Parts: sequence; structure tokens; C-alpha cells
Amino acid sequence: MADQSPHGPGARETGGTIVACATPPGRGGVAVIRVSGSGARAIAREMLGEAPPARQARLASLADSCGEVLDQGLALFFPAPNSFTGEDVLELQVHGSPVGCDLLIGRICELGARPAGPGEFSRRAFLNGRMDLSQAEAVADLIDAAGASAARAAARSLRGAFSEAVDALIARLTGLRAHLEATLDFPDEDIDRLQDREIKAGFVGLGEEFARVAEAAERGRILRDGLNIVISGRPNAGKSSLLNALAGEPAAIVADEPGTTRDLVRVEISIRGVPVELIDTAGLRAAEGGVEGEGVRRARKALAEADLVLRVWDAAAGGPEPQPGPGRIVVRNKIDLTGEPPGVAADGVVNVSATAKTGLEALRALLAESAGGPGEGAFSARARHVNSLREAQRRYREAAGLLGRGHSPELIAEELRLAQERLGEITGAVSSDDLLGEIFSQFCIGK
Amino acid sequence: MSQAEFDLIVVGGGHAGTEAALAAARMGARTGLITHRLDTLGQMSCNPAIGGVGKGHLAREIDALGGLMAQAADRAGIHFRRLNSSKGPAVRATRAQADRQLYKAAVRRTLETARGLTLLQDSADDLVIESGRICGVRTSSGLELRAGAVVLTVGTFLGGQIHVGGARRPGGREGDRPANRLAQRLRELDLPAGRLKTGTPPRLDAASVDFTVMRRQPGDQPRPVFSFMGRRDHHPRQIECHITHTTEATHDIVRARLRESPMYSGAIESTGPRYCPSLEDKVVRFAHRSSHQIFVEPEGLTATEVYPNGISTSLPADAQLEFLATIPGLERARMTRPGYAIEYDYFDPRELGADLQTQAIAGLYFAGQINGTTGYEEAGAQGLLAGINAALAVAGQPAFTPGREEAYMGVLVDDLVTRGVTEPYRMFTSRAEYRLRLREDNADARLTPAGRRLGLVGEARWKAFCVKQEAIAAERARLERCRVTGPDAAGAENALALLRRPDWDYPRVTALPEVGRRTAAKGEWPELARQIEEAVEIEVRYAGYLKRQEAEIRRSRRMRDTSLPPELDYAGVSGLSNEVREKLVRVRPATIGQAERIPGMTPAAVSRLLVHMKKRELQCA
Repeated sequence: MADQSPHGPGARETGGTIVACATPPGRGGVAVIRVSGSGARAIAREMLGEAPPARQARLASLADSCGEVLDQGLALFFPAPNSFTGEDVLELQVHGSPVGCDLLIGRICELGARPAGPGEFSRRAFLNGRMDLSQAEAVADLIDAAGASAARAAARSLRGAFSEAVDALIARLTGLRAHLEATLDFPDEDIDRLQDREIKAGFVGLGEEFARVAEAAERGRILRDGLNIVISGRPNAGKSSLLNALAGEPAAIVADEPGTTRDLVRVEISIRGVPVELIDTAGLRAAEGGVEGEGVRRARKALAEADLVLRVWDAAAGGPEPQPGPGRIVVRNKIDLTGEPPGVAADGVVNVSATAKTGLEALRALLAESAGGPGEGAFSARARHVNSLREAQRRYREAAGLLGRGHSPELIAEELRLAQERLGEITGAVSSDDLLGEIFSQFCIGK
Repeated sequence: MSQAEFDLIVVGGGHAGTEAALAAARMGARTGLITHRLDTLGQMSCNPAIGGVGKGHLAREIDALGGLMAQAADRAGIHFRRLNSSKGPAVRATRAQADRQLYKAAVRRTLETARGLTLLQDSADDLVIESGRICGVRTSSGLELRAGAVVLTVGTFLGGQIHVGGARRPGGREGDRPANRLAQRLRELDLPAGRLKTGTPPRLDAASVDFTVMRRQPGDQPRPVFSFMGRRDHHPRQIECHITHTTEATHDIVRARLRESPMYSGAIESTGPRYCPSLEDKVVRFAHRSSHQIFVEPEGLTATEVYPNGISTSLPADAQLEFLATIPGLERARMTRPGYAIEYDYFDPRELGADLQTQAIAGLYFAGQINGTTGYEEAGAQGLLAGINAALAVAGQPAFTPGREEAYMGVLVDDLVTRGVTEPYRMFTSRAEYRLRLREDNADARLTPAGRRLGLVGEARWKAFCVKQEAIAAERARLERCRVTGPDAAGAENALALLRRPDWDYPRVTALPEVGRRTAAKGEWPELARQIEEAVEIEVRYAGYLKRQEAEIRRSRRMRDTSLPPELDYAGVSGLSNEVREKLVRVRPATIGQAERIPGMTPAAVSRLLVHMKKRELQCA
């Protein structure tokens, strides 16, 4: 994510009622949606039809704004201060499908909550004295880890058409604001008369851009989630056989999808209950040019966005071996040829034989351990982005309405400022100085 | 040799220095103002105008705190305008062309009659610093003046260098020498410094200018007043301004001589402002434009010079003469002084606290161009705040630091001390996120009560302020009681509701026979009555937006109010990147909210700080 704004995401993180899926991302049997903040009680009343009794589970049908039932589940209400965060907390235990959770979270946001930032529940719990001093460092670490994984998840969620559409949208909005702000701050420069038509045209263009982004967001709605593991290594190190060996347990295979791109092979498996997307970067060795070059570029991108990299090494090949490190597991393959014992070796490298299927259990255990950490999946990152986008679009519509009804320009500018702030939550904000830069590059200002 | 002690010494008699000295004296501090020439007190060294969008807002805020800029503008203004009058109230702004001599006279008169203020003609060559604290200044005449606080407002005089074409010479302002000894002394103190540049246009002999071919620009009617206390009968005689423009022939000459401009030959490397480009910049960067506006500003009622605003340049004098001849109305213009570019030192304002005190030397305050700003209003606002805070500190009182949501002054200082500058900093309304709250019309409501508590607001102003506030409340109540009828007013519950509609304004609503005009309260005068009626209309119009902004402000208040102690050891905050840590150490933010606004701060780093502060709190408990 780019430069943070002076008044960007952080400023909004301090207050309000927040909602998120509290269980690890994926497709477990049950998901817990947690709502925390002063609005939790009102949301509970709205969702359940009555104020829930404190700390008592009750069965509830959870419906959207039209009354259509989204899911059934258990609802639990914990009044402040005796809750996880120290605030009023509503917990909904529902069936764990990511889409179902997303719809519920969307509904709760309509009722006044906003998607929680990474680590925000824990931070509130700590700041409200619900954790003791010895846990403080752990909370800080958690916030960092959650932030880092959220950044990766956000990068994944922003891939492709959605990302391009958001960038185009922001460029258009900034341009339009520059026009409008220039007429406000520089009335003597005679840009008013010239710009009126351009501002109207800019509004139309911006509306189209918003529609395009909304469509892109809709298309990308069903998103794979879970741990993202990329296998890399030299040719003939046995990457593909390792992929097949890990994916080869019929019970573990959830879905088998052909790669959306020619060069990356994606397999979805489950390791000890954690959904994992395994990506084989077969194309990494290819020459950098044309279609193959594009493949290399995508492989690099996949590596950069990976939660975990499996570096596969040919035990028989010799030479300097890569070292295991944070986010990287080194696998020494083909030990059936060298006779080394399977399992985790003294140097942290995992000895396996993909063809003889030895050492794989040790590798799975290590993967499951790595998957257990805190994190935000691409799915919830996307939920936050879509929420920001919707709010931005609402502000844009308000601005367009004001323009149409002939309201004064500083009110229109105010709505556009808020729209930009919301978009800034997706890609990092545009500061007032950036905006001035845009003004001065477009117009010759100055007496 | 030592002279009688002061509580506070202000060095410099420009717009920052005069506001600083007056405020401190009014607050009861024994104040000395040192300037190298008393007859330049309140000198307008750039163009002779006060106000404009953003700047007018600052001038009204200075006024609301009892400062002198707006009142001097009312005494000296010879051409008043209200900019953006067709747009909404938040961006409406007053601007006045001023007669330089009348302006200086008004400033000087106020200072000379201020109790507790001593004016000294001398130059401060050195600072007296004892164990990290300022204790006074040493002057070029050998005096040591001792004081508990010193406010430096030395403008462009620090290491000033003037360029005209290839020629350069040291200077603080055309005709004045720079304060090099002080600059050198400050450099030794190891404060982080940088260099900026700014420019001026050539001055012309008014008698040689043909105004008949130029577009006339009369002042606005009804003529606005600048100060809350202002009356139209304070204004001197009014005159017209004129607008002309450059031509293709002008641009050809500039292009042909470009290499002789120090900005393009490489002689000047410092950064000039993007919003005030030199003619050279305009011609190069906006090559497609065939013409640029020039505002021919009168220097005064009796002055023989005019200031052609829009063609600041540092081309050689003969090139300036050559291009002037291509401008309609200036064909035969005589140049009384060539335009020049000036480079000067500034100190990185991130080194300052929100009270404008340097973190390196206790009791030393910086205000104005020394902090990298440009403009009289920006300087005046900082001077006022520095003067107030120096006086408060000497009296052992906590600092006065209005927030971004309270005043443009707050935006200004917060931007300076948090984000620093990369070009001379000028105020624009787009810098203020709470622009709809920060208006000229309510500057008094936002700041005068604080000014009263600080001792800056005298009886007369306070009384008028109370009259205005009571009259606003009374008129709102009256309009709310007034039922309205008639086809145009259909659906409106009362007159106040009618005023909310975009096509209705105060005069139209009160023209309805069932509403009628309000009766003026005792103590009102016509200009104040107008302010009252405007305030009623604006508050009604903006009500929804203001409520929303207040909610936004409340949301961020917790962050803003979590204070970070100045002695906080950032090395002890775990998990911060080196880059973030460096920034925090440089800025030393006073609150979490300010830390968050430092460019490059991440939400994760802000979280770390919050957790760290909570941990400290637990450990202390």
C-alpha cells in the first residue's frame, strides 16, 4: 500500500462499531462473526428482532434488509465491559461459507458498523484493559503480523481488473477535484468560466468509472481464500511432483482448478483443516520475453504476494543450498537418491521424497503450523475495500445531486473530499498537497 | 553592558514581529521589539495587498484575537473586494489593495500607543544562550538585552541573496542589508536549515503607464470591511485597479533571454513556489498559453509607483525593459526598480513545537518566513501565536495551540511542524479538511472567546462580540417562530426552514410580509448588522454539513487527545521501522493525532504507539 494519508485509514480506526469474521479465514464448519462497539446492541436488536439477553445463546434467523434469510445461527451478546474487547460485543455463530459471511457482514455494515482493520479487536481489548501488561507485546506483534498479512491479502485482492479500475477512478476523482478546488482557491485566475463545462463532463466520466469499478468488484466477489503457498525452485528439482504429492490425498482435495494463466498452476487443498492454495511456478526458468516473459513476471508477482514460499532443492544436485527464513520453507527433495533420513533436519530444512512419499507428514505439520498465525484473508480485505468503495460512491452521488440542484461548489467539493478519503482506504490517500500539485500542474496559477 | 530586562524580545518589525510584540504586550509581558529601521515597521515588501482566499481567512482570525492586520487594512485599503461572492460562504474572502504608507502608519500608531511595548532601532547580532536556554540578544551597538523569551521574525533577511540577471548581491529586501551575523550565529547552533527563493516584478512609474487600454476593475459594492470592528468610514478614498496581459511578443523575448535568468542558468538552485511562478516559469511550463494576466496594483493614493503583479522575474534589467514594452499599456513604461529573485535561509519547521518554540533552545520562538512560509497573513498568524505562547511561557502558563478544526492558524502551524515545507508555504482553503467550519464570517465565534481569556480582546470588541452572538440567537429564534405562507413557501414549516432552501436567502425570506425585517439591537452598527444577518443565513445553510464534520472531529478526538510526552524515547517503542522512528524523533509529535499526520506513518506504527503509551500508563499505575 502506498503512502498513508494525513487523515487516512488510521483516523477512522479509533472509533465506531466494527465487524469481522473472528474465526480463521476459510471454510470451517462454523464461523464466528464478531461485532464490537457502542452500536452492537442496536445492531443486535435490528438483526434479532429484540434486545438479546446478556451472555445467553439463542437461535436466530439472520435476514438482509429485505427480510430474506441469509443464514441461521446462534447469537450471543456480551455487554460492556465484560466482553472480549471491553465494549458491547455481539457474536454470531453461523455456517462457515465465506460468501455467506460476507453477506452477513455487509448487512451489519448497513446497520452502522464498518469492517474491522487488521488486529483491531485485539487492540481495543488491550486499550480497554482487557489484557494485562504481559500480553502487550503480543498484541503489538499481532497488529504487525496482521498488518503485513493484510497488505499481502490486499495486494491479492487488488489484482487485475479491479486494481486497474480503482486506479483509474482515483485519477479521475483527483483530476476533477483539482478543477473544482482551483476555481475555489484561485477565483482571480479566470478558470471559472472555462472550467464549468469540464467539471460537468468530469462528473459524468467519474460516474462511469464508479460503475466500472463496482462491476469489477462484483466479478471478483467469489474469491479464493486461505493460505497462499508458492512452490519455487530450479527446473527438475521436483516441484511438480511435490505439488502432486501434497495434493495427492483424495480426501484433502477440495477443488482442482486449471490455472487461469498458462504459466501458473493452482491447486486448492486442505492441510489439517486449513484451506491452502498451492501455486506451482513452472514458468520461472523461462526466458524474459514475449509470452514467456509475461509468465516470469506473473511468477515473480505470485512470489511477492505469497504467504509462504516452498523452496524446493534437488538433494542430488549439490551446490549452495538456500536457507530457511521467515515465510520460506526449504524442502530438500529426492532423498531417496541420497539416502538421507526423512523429516526436519538439524538445519531446519525438510527432507522429503516426493516420489517415494516420505517426509511429507513432517512438511504438512510445518505448513499447518505456519498457517496458524494471525492474518487477514483476501476475502475480508476485499470486504473492506468494497465497503470503502460503496461509501465513496455514495459521496459521489451526493455530490452529483448537489451539482444538479445548483448548490454551491464548496459543498460539492466537500462530498468529493470525503469520497477521496474513502478511496484512500483502498490504495493509500491523496493528501491535500498532492491535490495542490495537481492543480499547479494543470493551471498556470499565480500573479 | 546590559540594559533593563524584558520578559520578551521580538526581533524583526515585519508582519510577524509586529503581531507578536503587540500580543505579548497586551498580555502584560514587558516586551521589546528590535528592528534595524523603525520606519519600516509594518512594511509590505511584496505586493501592497492584504487578504485573498485562505489569506483573508487568516487575517480575520488574527483580527478575532485582537491582532492588527485587518484593522490596519481597513485604515489603508483603497480598493476592497469580496472574492468568491457568488460561491458559498466558506470560500468567500476579503481582499484589499492597501496604500503602503497608510498601512505602515496604522501599524506604527498602534504599536507606539501599546502599553508595555518598547520599540528599539538596532540590529540583533547574537543570541544569549545559557545552558540550553535563551536569555536575550546582543545587538550591533553592543547592548546585551536580557529576556525570558525571544521571538525571531527575521523574514528573508537571513543570508539573503538578491539576483537580477547575472548580477547578485547580498540583501534582505531591495534597499536593505541582510542579517548575516545572526544567520551565521544560527547556523552555528546546528538547527536544520534550507534555502528558498521568491521573486518580485519590476516596479513602474505610474505616470508612464497608459491605463486607458487596460481592463478596469472597480472595488466591490457593497464595499466589504476587513475587521470585525471595521466601518466603511475608516476607509480612505477608493480607487480603481487595472488588468492587462502579456503577449506572444513578451513570451518571445522571455524565451530568447531565458539563459540569462539565474533560475535557468543554474545560479539559483533553491525551490520557488509552484503557485507564484516567475514569468520565465510561466512561459516555459505553460508554453501553449499565449497570454497571462497582469494585475496592475497601485502602491498607494499618493505613490508614483505601480506593482505589476504576475510578472515576477529575475531576467537582466534590460530584458525586463524590453518585454515590458510588449505589454498593452506598458509600452512606454519607465521602470523605477527592476524585478529580482531573492534566496534566503529558512529553518526546518519540523524542529518546532506546536507553540512555535524551537526544541533545541528553550524560550526561542520562530515565526514567519524563517519557518518557510510566504505572505503577510501567514507571517502575521505565526507571529501572533508565537507572541502569545512566549508570553504564556514566561508567565508559566500552558501554550495556546488552536487545532486544525478550530482555525486556519491551526492548519498552518500543524502543517509546518508536522509535514515541513518543500516550497514557500502559502495558505489555501483546500488545505483545511474542515473548510466549511473555518470561515471568515465566524472567525470571531471561533477565536474571540479565547482571545478574551488571553487578555488580547479589549472591552469594545468584547461588547460588540456579545451583541452579535445574542442577536444571532434572537434572530434564529424569531425566524423559527415565524409561520410562512404563500405558494413559493409551500411545505416550509417556518421562516428558518425556508432559509435552508438553495433558492432562498436572508433578504428574500425577510422580504415576506409575514416575516419582515429584524429590529437592530442596541450597540449595533450597519456593518455589524450585516455580519449578524449573514451569520444566521450561513449557519442554517451549512447546518447538516457542520453536524457531519463535528461527528468526524469527535471520531478523531481520541487520537488527537492522546498526548505523547516530548521526552518519549522512540528507541524504546518496539517494532517501529527506522524510517518511522527517525520521523518521530524529528517531529516529536505532541499527540497521536499529529503523529498520524506525519507523511509516511503507517496505521501499524500508530497502533504501536498507542499500545506503547498504554503500557507506560499501566507501568506507572
